[in-house]
Amino acid sequence: MSMSPLLSIKGASKSFGGLVAVSDVSLEVAPGEIHCLIGPNGAGKSTLFRLVVGTYPPTAGRIGFDGADVTAEQPYQRVKRGMSIKLQNPSVFRELPVQQNLRIALQHHVAKAQLSAETDRLLALLNLSADAAKLAGQLSHGQQQWLEIGMALALKPKLLLLDEPTAGMSPEETFQTGELILRLNREGMTMLVVEHDMAFVRQIARLVTVLHYGRVFARGPIEEIISDPSVAEIYLGRGHEH
Amino acid sequence: MLKLLNGPQTLGNGPRFWIGFVVALALALAYPLVASPYDVGNAAYFLIWIFMALGLCLMWGYGGVMSFGQTFFFGISGYAYGVIAINLGGRGWTSFEALTLAVLLAAVAAAALGYFMIWGRVGGVFFGIVTLAASLVLAFFIGQTAGPEWRIGRARLNGFNGMKGMKALNMPWDGGTLTFDGVPLYFLMIGLLLVVYLGLRMLVNSRFGNVVVAIREDEQRAELLGYDVRKYRLTTFCIGSALAGLSGSLYTAWGQFITPSSIGLPAAAMPIVWVSFSGRQDLTATLIGTFVFLFGYQLLTVYSQQAALVLTGLLLLLTVMYVPEGFVIGLVRLVGWPARRRHSTAPIVAPAGE
Repeated sequence: MSMSPLLSIKGASKSFGGLVAVSDVSLEVAPGEIHCLIGPNGAGKSTLFRLVVGTYPPTAGRIGFDGADVTAEQPYQRVKRGMSIKLQNPSVFRELPVQQNLRIALQHHVAKAQLSAETDRLLALLNLSADAAKLAGQLSHGQQQWLEIGMALALKPKLLLLDEPTAGMSPEETFQTGELILRLNREGMTMLVVEHDMAFVRQIARLVTVLHYGRVFARGPIEEIISDPSVAEIYLGRGHEH
Repeated sequence: MLKLLNGPQTLGNGPRFWIGFVVALALALAYPLVASPYDVGNAAYFLIWIFMALGLCLMWGYGGVMSFGQTFFFGISGYAYGVIAINLGGRGWTSFEALTLAVLLAAVAAAALGYFMIWGRVGGVFFGIVTLAASLVLAFFIGQTAGPEWRIGRARLNGFNGMKGMKALNMPWDGGTLTFDGVPLYFLMIGLLLVVYLGLRMLVNSRFGNVVVAIREDEQRAELLGYDVRKYRLTTFCIGSALAGLSGSLYTAWGQFITPSSIGLPAAAMPIVWVSFSGRQDLTATLIGTFVFLFGYQLLTVYSQQAALVLTGLLLLLTVMYVPEGFVIGLVRLVGWPARRRHSTAPIVAPAGE
């Protein structure tokens, strides 16, 4: 694998009318890395994700992925290059069975003969085997998060974008999610994760970028960021336990 | 391929359903033995409309896109059949050539209109408004073609009075000509309907169908799984509109006559009523419901056309308020047949897309 970054965001900005949500953010994610994005609410994390995956066009800046400039590409084209995203609010096909949700994600990469086996493997991985025939909308919030992570994984992405993957999960589920992420990373998957739960961030991340008011506020190894008093002031200082 | 006849996107997948299906088909085939030729011809006339209903069911119930203007394609194809059949003379296989070309023309029109709407991100209720506008424009346009200058080859469009003079469907047969009206038309309709119904079942249970319903559920999620939503939308729209076109050209061939009133507002509203009354989320429900509806509608029309229209409106209101999933699906659930959402019995496990 080359040393060039898998994802490179160069000077990305996004404004909605007068509101600047993301301002001149540059960020590189190397292959094999788990990079966490943190920052207070409204810092522009989810907007930055949308610029990466292409559901918003940037006001300025470029998005490079896997050696290509994808700034002008549609989301589905970027997904075909090997990006996959779990959105902030669980977004699953609520009126369809869990199993069919996964099949829809799997079917365009997986050969027909392996479709059933692969679906079962994912169901087991997600602890959803018993709920395979339920409608996705009947799952608990945490389970829907898992299902969506599973759908994102089903694409076998090079880069997995996770926007608050543990929101609504119990501490136990959160820990399991962390273990899953670490395991996938050991198998070679690169990840960019937005997360609020600092215990979770410490469980999975080495590198952290802090966004504040749409700008990069600080960046560095997790230990440095945690001990940086100015970061604590804007973000961690609000009674967050260490 | 045949495995796709059953799957998560169709109600009625078990052996019981298929036994019922075969029995119904046998009864339909035996019907001309017991019924008067008039009744058989009448039944054939009902069947003509079902293609348009199935097309709308696919687009709206499965794809989540409501078109209020399927009569636009019905009209294009109906008039095209007339123009082509008149100009080709209607001998040999020319009437079937006219039918094929007319249906293709409806599909091409859908591709053109659909391209601008779907790539222009016209969605939701606006999709219905634009398609309705298209059908109204076409109806008004044809309405003013009464003069002799409005002719294509030998075919005169004839404005509100309607175009006439095209031959019914016919083909060479045993040294002579077999004309499709009455009983032969009935059998032709049963055969066509069988092909279209089974074909649509396979389509909705295929990988393609999986993506179509996924887009209905959550367009953004579908795109973020790597599917170009627009292509699926456009393909669905073209198939649905080609089916409306099939109804249109069959209608013209049946009556050897078509007027702009089969395109305008009251006509455009009818497919919406049939499909929502029946249950738009399922092909079988739409097929049965539309037939029952048309039958009842005609019974009422004998007494009063106005009463039939008013009752149709009332029925639509009742559907929307009390049985939003449609009367046929509602009835199926009431009787307790395994419906799609009851996964305990429905073979959801059936491998979709294999």
